[in-house]
Amino acid sequence: MSPWHGKIRQTGICRWEIPQDYKSGMKVPGLIYADDRMMSVIREEESLEQVANVAFLPGIVGSSMAMPDIHWGYGFPIGGVAATRVRDGVVSPGGVGYDINCGVRLLRTNLSEEEVKPRIQQLINHLFMNVPSGVGSEGKIKISEREVDELLRQGAGWAVRHGYGEANDLEVTEENGCMTMADPERVSDRAKKRGMPQLGTLGSGNHFLEVQVISEIYDKEAARVMGITFVGQVLLLIHTGSRGLGHQICDDYLRIMGQAVTKYGINLPDRQLACAPVESQEGRDYLAAMACAANYAWANRLCIAHWARESFVKVLGRKEEDIGLEQVYDVAHNIAKIEDHIIEGKSQKLCVHRKGATRAFPVGQAGVPSRYAAIGQPVLIPGDMGRCSYIALGTERAMQETFGSTCHGAGRVQSRGAARRAQSGKVVAADLAARGIYVRTGSMESLAEEASSAYKDVDDVINITQEAGISSRVARAVPIGVIKG
Amino acid sequence: MEKQFEIIDHTADIGIMAYGYTLAELFKNAATGMLSLITDLSKVENKLSKEIVLQEQDSVTLLVEWLNGLVYELDAEHLIFNDFALSIHDGGRLTAICYGEKLDPQRHVIKREVKAATYHNLNIVKENNVYSAAIIFDI
Repeated sequence: MSPWHGKIRQTGICRWEIPQDYKSGMKVPGLIYADDRMMSVIREEESLEQVANVAFLPGIVGSSMAMPDIHWGYGFPIGGVAATRVRDGVVSPGGVGYDINCGVRLLRTNLSEEEVKPRIQQLINHLFMNVPSGVGSEGKIKISEREVDELLRQGAGWAVRHGYGEANDLEVTEENGCMTMADPERVSDRAKKRGMPQLGTLGSGNHFLEVQVISEIYDKEAARVMGITFVGQVLLLIHTGSRGLGHQICDDYLRIMGQAVTKYGINLPDRQLACAPVESQEGRDYLAAMACAANYAWANRLCIAHWARESFVKVLGRKEEDIGLEQVYDVAHNIAKIEDHIIEGKSQKLCVHRKGATRAFPVGQAGVPSRYAAIGQPVLIPGDMGRCSYIALGTERAMQETFGSTCHGAGRVQSRGAARRAQSGKVVAADLAARGIYVRTGSMESLAEEASSAYKDVDDVINITQEAGISSRVARAVPIGVIKG
Repeated sequence: MEKQFEIIDHTADIGIMAYGYTLAELFKNAATGMLSLITDLSKVENKLSKEIVLQEQDSVTLLVEWLNGLVYELDAEHLIFNDFALSIHDGGRLTAICYGEKLDPQRHVIKREVKAATYHNLNIVKENNVYSAAIIFDI
């Protein structure tokens, strides 16, 4: 990995541009949201080259964008946003990633830190048993091959119909937990076979389940609407995606798109960006399959939330309604969506790729749940397990500039190898314990790779999105218990 | 081949640089490298075998599909392999017999999941009669 020395210039507050003439083949400039300090970190690696590469996609409009949590990915940078015209642009599976609809689900409680902290070890241990990681083993839900198609069509609704959640959970889920363009016929048997035993599992890597407490409230009124009313209030955050089903769909379609690139004469600097016109058979098939994985992920997070509710009831010995574990929101951060946006004064249908970026729609935008009509769409931004996470809101500025998108997390700054060499999993766990954070993990190596120091400070990331005006912070929460798959 | 593979650092994920005197050896070493990211292969016993046959139009696609096929076997069938008898024939055809066993969570500690082998900047290079490929995995 070497520092990036390409052309870049600051164009405004927290805004940087890679000019279109940096590389022949770029169809739009690059636009990066960062302050001076963050930019010097970003330039240490080649993610900005990936921003420039994404600008090659046919039909891309505006700019190839990167949020402040940008880091080096494969093909697309992580933290990337790219919108292409549906009419004559492309869809790229690499712009969504292998973990289709990786995302976060936030639940609030009526409980205070004082009520939960004394039992946090029991609670985390119970959650660790009750929510399978699925790594090297199977999940708890057995579904038949016939049923898997219904799950892929119905998404989170399937989970509710099978007793894993409430109807009102759906209202506060992006897309109500179901993309209707899903077509299971477009999903390979291999993908279904990989996904079936993993439904209701957390996975490994950066996936987690955290018990958090509110440390600061910035926007009291918006927080109140979300059911967040006091500092010290306990929350539950779930971060996972579509497991092997999504991974296989991405792999299947990258292979197909590799051929499509030749068929449609598309010039790309990296094969991982392989794509096909949105309106082609290949493009339509991919979106229909991607929607199945997105639906699976929403069901997956709802099943996990269900078991988490069970664990709270069991360990705390209180009624579910007393605990008040209600969903605040569930949002995807690896997804492509067909959305209407205003381009040069005219409404256009775009395919918005968010690869490690979160939808951030303001008040008045279709897709914002009625419960949040007065405040806008909640944005959930998990940080690393040792620092904090944020709850924010979409803004009008995001709608105008970033196709209604903002950051998705802290963003890695250190490689997994370097993190592992720096400290062992045991040291990481002990360090967290010393700071009042109880952690359980399926893999000590994975825990070492996920150490706080491997990530940018999410406070810095949020300061930039706040300053740039592409999302508006509502509250900050710190972890007291963590499960890493 | 003295050095089968080495691990490359990548910010979000992990890569390996695999080597081989032949394409078949490169593919075998890439598989060993990838699966050793997941678990300690010295703990895997030769209890069963599985045949894998692939046909792709170019060797980069063949390599990615070969590796992702092994990820599939692990995810869907819970099979982990540590030895391969592998041949690559003209016209992009791969035949392999993979030796290993059913994953046993008691004996096989999973270090991390590999979601997939990616095509990111992937080239198979031949230099001084040695094939090499740098493969980035999504973790």
